[in-house]
Formats: sequence, C-alpha cells, structure tokens
Amino acid sequence: MKQIKFASASALALLMALGCHAAKADDASALKDTSKSGIALSNSYAGNTWRQQMLRVWQAAAQQAIDGHIIAKTKIVNADASAPQQASQIENLILEGWNSIVLDAASPTALNGSIEDACKQGITVVVFDSLATAPCAYKVAYDYVEAGRIPARFIVQQLHGKGNVLVVRGMPGTQVDVDEFQGAQEVFKENPGIKVVGTVNGQWTESVANKEVAGILPSLPKVDAVIGQGGDSVGTYQAFKAAGRPIPLITLGTRQEELALWEKLDKATPGGYATEASSSVPGVSSIAFWVAQQIVAGRKVPNVVKVSLLQISKADLATWLKVTPVGAVASPVYSKEWTIDLLKSIAANTAPPPSPGPTQNK
Amino acid sequence: MSKHTSMALRRPSRLSPDRLRVVVPILALLAMLVATGFLQPRVMSYFGFTLLLRYSLPLLFATMAQLCILVVGDIDLGIGPFVSLVNCIVASWLADQPWLCGIALVGAIFAYAAMGAFIQYRRLPSIVVTLGFSFIWLGAALLVRPTPGGTVPDWLIAATGFRTPLVPMPALLAIVVAFIAHHLIMRTAYGTVLRGIGSNAAAVERAGWSLLVGRALLYGAAGFCGVLAGLTLSGLNTTGDPWVGAQYTLLSIAGAIIGGAEFSGGIVSPIGAVFGAMIMLLSSSLLSFLNISTDWQLSLQGGLLTLVLALRTLSVWVGK
Repeated sequence: MKQIKFASASALALLMALGCHAAKADDASALKDTSKSGIALSNSYAGNTWRQQMLRVWQAAAQQAIDGHIIAKTKIVNADASAPQQASQIENLILEGWNSIVLDAASPTALNGSIEDACKQGITVVVFDSLATAPCAYKVAYDYVEAGRIPARFIVQQLHGKGNVLVVRGMPGTQVDVDEFQGAQEVFKENPGIKVVGTVNGQWTESVANKEVAGILPSLPKVDAVIGQGGDSVGTYQAFKAAGRPIPLITLGTRQEELALWEKLDKATPGGYATEASSSVPGVSSIAFWVAQQIVAGRKVPNVVKVSLLQISKADLATWLKVTPVGAVASPVYSKEWTIDLLKSIAANTAPPPSPGPTQNK
Repeated sequence: MSKHTSMALRRPSRLSPDRLRVVVPILALLAMLVATGFLQPRVMSYFGFTLLLRYSLPLLFATMAQLCILVVGDIDLGIGPFVSLVNCIVASWLADQPWLCGIALVGAIFAYAAMGAFIQYRRLPSIVVTLGFSFIWLGAALLVRPTPGGTVPDWLIAATGFRTPLVPMPALLAIVVAFIAHHLIMRTAYGTVLRGIGSNAAAVERAGWSLLVGRALLYGAAGFCGVLAGLTLSGLNTTGDPWVGAQYTLLSIAGAIIGGAEFSGGIVSPIGAVFGAMIMLLSSSLLSFLNISTDWQLSLQGGLLTLVLALRTLSVWVGK
C-alpha cells in the first residue's frame, strides 16, 4: 500500500516536472537541443570588403552561439569564385557530417547537384545573398524589386511627382540589377510627371559610375534626381561637381563613403540635404546563421525567408557613421531573438520586426 | 665492366628516376587515401568515395589534355577557358540543337589541332600562343553565353552521375583512361615518335617524320580531351558558365607534373598523370578534413608542387 502510494506520488511529481519542463521549453522557444550541432558556411568568394565584413559577422554570430552552448562548432570554407570548387567543398562538408550548410553561392544553378546530395543526407541547406535555385534549399532572400521601389518612391515624393531623373544601374547581366531596375520603373510609370532622361551602368562601383555619368551629363537637360543602386553615389556626385552642375537629389547606398557624403552635403546645403540610404547588408549572414540554427532545432520555416533592406534615416545618420569604419558598409548584426521574431512574423503574416540599430562591431 | 654497363642500360635499376616517376605519385596517393580515411572514416564507403571523387572526371580529362601538350615539350595555358567554352556550348545547344552542338565541338577540336600546326609552322613559343588563344576561348564562351545559365540534357547528367556496381565510376574511368593513354603514348610506335619530338625534334625530322602532323595530332588529341572535360563538367554542373573552367589550367599542369611529366618535353607518364590529377583533387579534401583554412589551400597546393619537383631533382641527383 505504501509502495503504491509512493509510486503514484512520484508519478505525480514526474508529471508535474514534465509539465513544468514543457512550459519552460515553450517559453524559451527552444524546440530541440542543438548544442551538439555544427553549422558550416560555404562562401563562393572572399575577395572584397562586403564579403570580408559578411564573414566577420558570421564568425561573431557563430562564436556567440558556441559560447552560449547553442551550437558546438562552425567552419568557413571559401572558394575562389569557382562553382566546381565550391561544389567539391560542399561534398567535403557532407562527408564531414555537418548538421547544416549555409551557402553564398557561386552560381544560381551549378551547385544544385551538390545541394541535392546534402539534402538527401538530411543536412539543412540555407542559401543567402547569391542564391541557388535547388528546391530543397531554404532561401534567405532580399526583395530586390522592393529595393528598387524604395528610392524611386522617395524621389517621387521629394519632387512632388514631377521632374527629370537619371538612372544609374548596377552590374549588367545580374538578376539583382534587373530586379532593382524593374522596381524603379514600376514606380516611375505610375507617376507620368517623372521623366527618365538617361540610363547608365554604374556597376555598383564609384569609379565606373563617375566615368559613365560624366559621359552622359553634357547631353542631359536639368537633372532633378539620380537614382542609384548603392556604391555609385559618390562617383555620381563627383561627376556633377566636376561638370559644374547643381547637385541633384542622389539616392545612396549604405557604404561609409556614401554616408559621409550625405553628412557633408547636409552641412553644406542651407536647410539640409534630403535623400535616403538603403541597401542589402553584409549582416545578412547572421540572419542566415540563426535561420539555419532554428531549422536544425526543428522550427517550421518557409522555403523563402524574405528580409527587408537596411534603411538609414537622417536621424540615425550620425550614429551609423560613428560605428562604420572607413571602407566598410553600414550593417546591423542580427540576433537570435530578432531572427525568431522575423520567422514568427512570417508565420503569422504580420509586419517584420524593425531592423536593429547601429552597434559597434569589429 | 662493359657487360655491366649494358645491363644497366637495358634494365633500369630499381630506384631509377623513371621508376620513381610513377612510384612516387602512387605512394603519395595511397598515403593521402589512408590519411583521408583515418581523418574521416565516412569516406571509406561507396557513397563516400562517390562524393569525394565527384569532380574528378573533368580534372582527369583536363590533365590528359595537358599531358598531350607536354609530350612535345609545350605547355597549354588555355585549357581552362577551353573547358569553359565547351561547357557553354553544351549548356546552350546540346538539348535543343544537338547537331549544331556536335559541329561546334568538332570544330573546337580542329581549332586546337590548327593551333598546334600554327605553333609548329611558325616555330612560335607555345606559352605565348596558348595564352593568346585562352582569350579567344574565353571570348567565344562569353559570346555563346554572356551570363551563367542554360540547361544540360538529363541523359548527360545521368551519365556523369552513373553508379557502377562495387567501384564508383570515377575510379573505374580513371583506370581505363590510364590504361588507354599509357598504351597509346608509351606502347605504340607512333607514340614513341611523338615523344621523340619532345626530346629531340631535329632527330625525328631527319628520320623522315613530319613535325607538323605530329604536333597537330597531339594538339587535336588535347582538344578532344578538353571536350571530354567540358562534357563531364557540364553533366556535373547542369548549367553553363563562361568562367567555370578557369581553375583547370593550373590544376592540369600541376597534376601532370606531379604525375611525372617534365617541362623539357618527351618525358611523360600517363599513369602517373592520372594519379597526379587524383592527388590534386584529394589535396583540397584532405586539407579541409585537417581543418586548414581554405585561404591557405592554394599556397599549400603550390608548396606540394614545389616539393615534388625538388624531390625529383634530388632523386635524379642521387641516381647519378
């Protein structure tokens, strides 16, 4: 009798403990323990500042996760912009038994075979930045059409729907350029007062944008605004200055030199200089990292996770400039909590969480 | 005394440079396989080998192409872009216009043969001509396919991913290729003549052989191997990319040299080259399994090449 009573009491205690445990687990939204898991990054190219910064952000996020016993290990593998090389590196990562492989892909299609191999082994594959099309891979994607609409809408609003616009496009032949251009076109078509007076390819590079804009300027009437794709605005500005023409509204990316130009123009112009700065950021690697971790932990995640661009307003300008070193791109570092909020907002079909503010990072 | 010398001439001693040429890469590959298996036991299965060797076919054929050129003491700096060109042609035309694709590929092989004939006819240094042609291949690849894309027919993808019973297909094909190349270059009479062009062209010419035909034939064979490299790469990549082959220029030279070829010409080892290609392929996997950062891999591969050349010089010196 005593025995039975004891047994039922302990069963009750066990049940209570289980209940408590379940409630606690739900609170922390930790679905499964991932502290023994490894997440590897396969990066197609490491030879420019954007990619270097992206890698540093990944390393910081992964180190934080390792220190907090959220994952066990990470590893970064770089290919020299070569798809076959990256593909064999992915095969190596499969053999090494990583739980998740995150990719910045060298080619939209050439890695699909290797990605399928990884998926067949039960490995979670997440692609970001330069995407791959393999259906089994989760995609952390920027909406580049929206990236084209944002500066276009700002221009329409500033010019009150009437004026001449010069379009500086990005790298010809890339999907990013096609999408951004399409977004801008959509907005301008809705506003017949806006006239596109010229289009050049700035290739997201200041020197190229400078040369191209300087070449087309003499043939243009008064230009009220220039829409760029980021990384080209300082070159555009210098071309206008060298030609002795009034500086129009130039939309900016979020590189340090572009933000510095904004501050400079803002001080030099009576009443301030109105523009906007928006761009995709290298910090997206931290979102990809946490998305991979959440999938490994068992969270249900849609095949495409849309991420919004970083937009910098004049109020934040000084703070962003302070934390962004010369030659770098202004970029937030996204935390695990932020990423979980993002995934929840996608699941609930609500607005995504606001972008984290400027933080000091190496 | 004289009897002794003639014996030595007829049969090389056990550690002659000629033997070392083949033995060293075989031993090196075995050592690498053991190390790889020890570090990553998962590799030691059919599935593991298939993944490990997946990208060996294009490299194998590119190395064979380079070997053909090295036979006559030339060097080919254009094989990488040529592989890209074949990849772009295949991804753009093979599915919809197989005839056009076939004509383009045969034309590419003839262009390679013509390049060899041109080098011989004008007595130009191959390093300059092949470098110049590398830009022609790249330009043509960009004309065919300005941005990555296109599709490869399913049968080609299935063929390159074919799973043979017991031993993975890349390993089987490597053995077959080694056997065929060894037979053609080392065992046939004309193969000996071709190697003769590399070591002493004047003597071969005086003996009545055409250097023009010899060079054109070898360059044509190189073009053929280049087309095979491009075809297998297309089957693995499933798409076309004008920049995809760039790495094969250096990897193919390194593979052939590690496998026993000499820049001086006339001295090659097809079996060694197959092992050399496998060594170049495995070296990056091994470095990855050792957790050595990819930033170091190119330097380490270069260091490996230097080490092999140094060891060979030493073995020649000791052999004397």
